[in-house]
Formats: sequence, structure tokens, C-alpha cells
Amino acid sequence: MTNSMDDIARDAAAFFIIGSNTTEQHPVFGAMLRRAVSQRGAKLVVADPRTIDIAEFATLHLRHKPGTDILLINGLMRIILDKGWEDKAFIAERTEGFEELGTLLKQYPPDKVAAGTGVPAELLYETAELLATSRPAAVMWAMGITQHIVGVRNVMDLANLQMLLGNMGVAGGGVNPLRGQNNVQGACDLGGLPDVYPGYQKVTNEEARKKFESAWGAALPGNIGSTVTEMMPGCLEGKTKALYILGEDPVMSDPDSNHIAACLKACEFVLLQEIFPSETASYADVLLPGACFAEKTGTTTNTERRIQMVRKAVEPPGEAREDWRITAGLAGRILAGGKRSVAAGKHSNWDYTDTAGIMAEIADLTPSYAGVSHERLERGERLQWPVKDATHPGTPILHVGRFTRGKGKFVPVEHVPPAELPDDEYPFLLSTGRVLYHWHGGEMTRRARGLLEVYNQSLVEVNPDDAVKLGLNGNKRVRITSRRGRIEATAWVTDRVPPGMVFANFHFPGDQNANVLTIAALDPVSKIPEYKICAVKVEAV
Amino acid sequence: MEVTLTINDRKVVAPEGSTILEAARAAGIRIPTLCHHPDLSNVGACRLCVVTVEKARSLQTACTTPVFEGMVVHTESEDARATRRFVLEMLLSDHPNDCMKCEVNGNCELQDLAYEYDVPFPETGGKRHEYDSDPDANPFVAVDRNKCVLCGRCIRACAEIQVRNVWSFASRGFQSKLVAGADQPMLSARCESCGLCIAYCPVGALYDRLSLKKARANKVRKVRTTCPYCGVGCNMDLNVSDGRIVRVTSTPEAPVNGMALCVKGRFGYDFVHHADRLKKPQVRRYLIEGGEKGRGEAWDEMVEVGWDAALDISARRLREIRDAHGPDSIGVLTSAKCLNEENYLMNKFARQVIGTNNIDHCARL
Repeated sequence: MTNSMDDIARDAAAFFIIGSNTTEQHPVFGAMLRRAVSQRGAKLVVADPRTIDIAEFATLHLRHKPGTDILLINGLMRIILDKGWEDKAFIAERTEGFEELGTLLKQYPPDKVAAGTGVPAELLYETAELLATSRPAAVMWAMGITQHIVGVRNVMDLANLQMLLGNMGVAGGGVNPLRGQNNVQGACDLGGLPDVYPGYQKVTNEEARKKFESAWGAALPGNIGSTVTEMMPGCLEGKTKALYILGEDPVMSDPDSNHIAACLKACEFVLLQEIFPSETASYADVLLPGACFAEKTGTTTNTERRIQMVRKAVEPPGEAREDWRITAGLAGRILAGGKRSVAAGKHSNWDYTDTAGIMAEIADLTPSYAGVSHERLERGERLQWPVKDATHPGTPILHVGRFTRGKGKFVPVEHVPPAELPDDEYPFLLSTGRVLYHWHGGEMTRRARGLLEVYNQSLVEVNPDDAVKLGLNGNKRVRITSRRGRIEATAWVTDRVPPGMVFANFHFPGDQNANVLTIAALDPVSKIPEYKICAVKVEAV
Repeated sequence: MEVTLTINDRKVVAPEGSTILEAARAAGIRIPTLCHHPDLSNVGACRLCVVTVEKARSLQTACTTPVFEGMVVHTESEDARATRRFVLEMLLSDHPNDCMKCEVNGNCELQDLAYEYDVPFPETGGKRHEYDSDPDANPFVAVDRNKCVLCGRCIRACAEIQVRNVWSFASRGFQSKLVAGADQPMLSARCESCGLCIAYCPVGALYDRLSLKKARANKVRKVRTTCPYCGVGCNMDLNVSDGRIVRVTSTPEAPVNGMALCVKGRFGYDFVHHADRLKKPQVRRYLIEGGEKGRGEAWDEMVEVGWDAALDISARRLREIRDAHGPDSIGVLTSAKCLNEENYLMNKFARQVIGTNNIDHCARL
């Protein structure tokens, strides 16, 4: 997020939520937004094909067709330009590429956008006017925007919209992706990506590579590595021979589960470090028991770049160990022999005694974390990165006065249709996601008594009109088939989904898991799979 | 604008529009309250904060009465104290005398006030309610209306913070009672199970069902931490007793969330102690006894080993594969569930130890 949750909730005149089921997936922030709408009259635009809970609070709800986000955003920008509602001063002072955007938007007139998105033209005008007259407005999204083959384009287009309205670098504005996992931000920040070292220093940048080579005392590769969506198929192609997996459950959470299982089976050696015998565990050659959040001390970074302490409250069960100890133990053993040699460097060792020491190493090598230490956090300091040095107070809002890259660049993006749309054989559109009472692959929440009591099986949302056509009555069991697999689940007949669309989750394993159906069509840049759209057949069982 | 008033013969300056209660608390003067909470609107319902205001016709509720220039307030007048004592006697006359086995014993605002004002349980009482002590089978919130003091904090917390409006009062006078929706089960009254109502309950009327009989509220060690679920990063206190998490409570000091948590954060912690937890390292038999993977079930069976053996075997296999097929034949998946420090080490492991940039995690999934 460029902004913080509190400034958005406090200062935004309007919220534009697109592709985020905020009250179910980020419930506490969702409640903050509801508060702002009901108590201080902030306006709310929700763009979502489903009538998600927060739509109840929406000033305007746009139920655009799945996969038409760019059409919608371009259409809104076109109206803003036609009406002269853009922030001319902001565009002139702080951006570049505006002309090119204007040229592209000529192809997105309201009637064409209305036809493509299914959103009436009057509603498009109302939305554009609301955004133009309610500034600053904050844009929020989650996987509904990114999990498309045009995920990156979708995000860039939302940035275009916010620059056009001058909503950047101000409290109550910004572009704000809501991160789905407690530390997905931190995993990205600290080098858990194939193209960057900690702090997004590129592996292809000679200077950055030299810095880490010298710190770690080892020659480092200059090629960009593989993403998870490339490593997995690599097992079948003989490219990936071994996997070291920490606290991930690809069988549950990756697209096309049957294919993933085949990949893991083909892999020569799978080392899995986990807290539960997950669905992936049956493919492991070695299973190491790690510690969960309550059993170790360290930090995580939330969706607004806030670094916070996690503290040990109880001992790990049995012989389970903190994950950092396991990784360090493994590293030391591998380095003790074999072909690859490591020289002495400032941070070449693995003799850590606590996570505070690891954070000190991070701070030394990562400019955005340079001023972060457990000591400051334990003193109660509230730090959001970049934290440039030991006295820097952190940065609650990014791009104030100036974009990180200098001028903000408008990148015109064109609408591209999804990879697999419904056809005669597979006439329904399937979208996937999570529900309030469960979380991701469900390894934790399916083992929480109360959560399971309220929500104990996968429910597939089916529109009432479709339910009538399908003859769903009695037990309401449905079989859903895609080109990749088949699941069976109970239907939740509800007008949350429009006719022709079904929505399923991936919280329950086996033949209830929606990822048996999903397609591994990837965004060419981010390699994110298009979980939000694939074609399926729905039948009553 | 500021106004100057006198509280208990002390000159106090307070911003215009503040209440007597706010002015007094800012000056370090205690006024007892029950229905008031600084996060919620004021309703002046419980009458415990009554104070004497000179020239006023009657006692005034400090939580709702704004200060004015020259106001003279006595918080400990005989009249105010007697009224508070009377209010507490009334509350106790319709409250079960079961502190001995109450979950919140020692952590109860009613108990504290009875202690402060020296009010015993009445020997003989007036009319009492006899509610079903656990009428709602909700898996998270246990309701006991017999203990409810009708302060309405749960109602306001649900309406003003969670903005879900599940709770309200039904009926009037002695018949007044707390109800969810139209006196229906909480879940059918659209409750999102966030448990905020429990967090604001001053007594034991609303309590975490998962924590019943696990440990008394004042007998736990609290460890402040960050929630393991979504990316909002709520802070919360793990309540630990005898080496186990028995409850999660919220803290007003949480930077992002204040007292709010969601159902997963507040009630989704028992996976920590689940019997399925992995407790010992395991390796497939072929790795110990030599030979190939996939030769047969007996060879592929998982066996428990010690840490040294598990790490030695893993290191040997990873080293062999790296040295035979090159560093890019190994992929490392780090975890969006793990700590920053652990993610940094996984990145260092892939790049320094293996020599590959094949590292990723489920950011996209």
C-alpha cells in the first residue's frame, strides 16, 4: 500500500474497492471502511461481479463482468477526461506520458465500455463524477485485480486512474493492494522472489550483486530465477530436481492441483518444513517440524509496510524447532562440503543465536529496512518502511511530493480478454477465493474448532436462476468440471453471484478444492495464475 | 477554546465541549463508570458517574455533561457516593452471586466497583431474572444474561466499531434484555463472530466459549504479538496458562486495529495445540538405508529420526543434486507465513548456499 489504513479510513473522501472482498478477507480494515462510510459519510464505490458484503455499504456498486477491469477503468478515465475532471496541475507537475494515455482512451467510449462490462453507461458517468468530486479517493484492491493474465496491467491502470485524479502522495489517497497473508509483504521485501535481493535490489544489477557477493562471500548468479509457477512444471521437464519448501502447501494453493501433485511426485527430492502434515506432505521425502507464530520471536510486515513484533508465547510441540534454526542448521551442513565454496564475508556465517541478530544483518544489507531493529520495535516505535536509518521515523505514506522514480508515468494499457472464457461445453464462469471463516489452504483454520463448526465444508455460490435451470433442490450437491478436473460440493444458492457465474473456495482438500479446476494461465510479467476466471460445467449430483 | 472549571476544589482547564468525565480524567481525578468506554459514544445509562455540580438541580452524569466556564464539580460528595452505592446495590440485587466460579473473577468492573464502594451481595433481594444461562449455541460467544448489567457497551461496540448492529435491547424497564437481532441466535442475526462484544463487556455476561474453564482471566500470562492470518497485521495478546494458549484478547495499544479483531484472529488459535502438529523429523526409509526413491512402499515409508540425521540427510541430498545437476536444478519456496528473519535466511540459503535465484513464495496464490 502506498498509504496506511488509518489515513485512508480517516481522510479519504471516497473509497474505490475493486477486486477485494474487504470485510471477509481483511475484516478489521473492512470494518474501518464501514465506519468511515456510516459515521462520516465517506463515499464508497465497489466494483465487483459479486454482491460481496461491503457492497451493502456502497454508494455505487458496479457489477462488471469478470475480466473486464481494464475496460471499466479506461472507460471511467475516458469520461473523466471528456468532462475535464482530471487534476491538471498534478498531471503537469508530477507525471509523464499523459498524451499517450489520452490517445488510447479514445478507444474506450462509454457505450462500448457499457456493452463490454455490462455496467450501464449512466452508472459509469455517476461513478466518474463521484470520483471526480470526492477527493482524495483511495483505491483498494486484492487478488480480484491481480489474479488475471492481465494482473500487472490491471494494477497499472488503477495507478493511471489515481494519477489522473491527483490522488497520489496524499493522506486518504493512493494505490493500495491489500496483502492476503500475514507476511507476504515481508517475504517479498526480504528476497523471497526470483529477481530481487532483499529491498528489491535487482539480481541483474551488477552493483547489487557485487554487494551481496561480498557480504555473503560467494559468487552469485546473475540470471533471474524461476517463479513457483515455473519451478513446479520444471519437475516434469527434469529441470527441477529438488525442492526445499518452507510453510507452503502448493497442492492446495497452486492452480490445477492434479498437475501440481504429478510435479511433486516427479521431483527427485522434496524437503518440506511444515507445522502440519499438509496435502503437500505426502509428496515429501523429508518432513521437518517447524514452529508456528506463537512459538517464535521475530517480525512480520503488514500490508501497509508496518514492521511489527511476533513474540514467543509457548514452546513448540515435541521436537519441533523455530524455522530459522532449521534453515541455519541445514545451511551450515551443506556448506561443510561439496563443490561450492564460500569465503569469509561480513555476513557469510550462519551462526545466528536469535532473530534480532538476523534483523541486524537485514538492516545492514537492505536500504528500506536500514533503521529497523528489534530494539526499536520493543521500545514501542511504530515503523513503516522505508526506514532509512536508526533515527528515521519510517514512511507512512509513499510518493509524497515526488514519486520514487521521479515523475509518475502513465502507462496506457489495453483490454485483453481472459485466457479461458465459457463456451458451449463449459458454459459457466468459475471464480475462486476465500471465505471469512477460513484462510488459504485451510491447514490452520480446518484445525480450529470454532471456525470449523461454523463453516465445515466447501460451499459453491450458485445464482438462484441457474439453480432452477440446473434443477438444484434437496441436498443441493453440485459437480463442477473444468478441462483439468472435477470437484463435488454443496451449492449455496445466492444472488451474491450473477447468473452464469459460480464461486468456489480452496479451503478444503481433495474433491472439494477449487484448485482442481483452476487454470495455470499466467500473467506474462508477474507469472500470477488466472484464478479468477476459468470455464466450467455445473451439474446437479 | 478552553474553559476553566473547579473539580474537588482544584482548578482544571479542559477543551470546550469536553465532558466532566474527560476533564476529570485528564486531570487525574477518578470518577467511577460502567457503561462508559472511551472508544464508544456516551449514553449515561448506568448512573455510576453521577457528580454534584453546584447550582444544578440534581446530580449530573459526568460522562454526558459538558463542562462550562466557572463550573464547580464535586465528584466525592456524600450525595454522589450514596447514589453510586445505591446503583450498585440495585445491580447486585439482580446479579448471580457466583463470583467463586465466574470466568472473569478478578477482572470484573462490577466486582471492582462493589469493592470500592463496599457493597455486599444483598441478603434478601427483590425481583430477580432467571434467564437460561447459555441460550445461544454460538461457537465463539457464550451469553449469560443473568450477569448482564445492561450497560450497552456490546451494543455500541458492534454498532460503532464493527458497524454490524447485531445487538440491541428488547423490551422496557425490568423486562429490558440484551438480544441479538430480533431475539434470535447471533449467527442468524448476521454476526461476523469478531468477538468485539466480549472485549467490551465489563462483566462476565459475554465470554469466549473456547476459553471457558481454561483459566481465569486474571491468572494468565499475556504475550503481545501480531496475528498470523491476513495482511492487516492486527496486534493482540495471547493469554497463556500452563504452556498453552487459552484465549486471545485485544489491546487498546494495537496500532492498526485497536480493540478490533476478526473471528480468525480472536478465535482461530487452537490449531497451535492441535494433535496433528508435526513433532519429530521424518525421512523416507530409502534415504536411511540407501537405494532409490520409488522402489516400493517399504522403502518409501516415512520414519521418525533425530534432528542430526534429518539435517545430515537433507544436506547430503541437496548438495549431491546441486553438484550433479547445477544450482538451478533446486527450487526454494519460502513462506508468506513465516517471519521476516526466516524469509531473509531462505533468500540467503538459495543464493549463497545453493547458488540459485530460484526462490519464490505464494505471493501470487
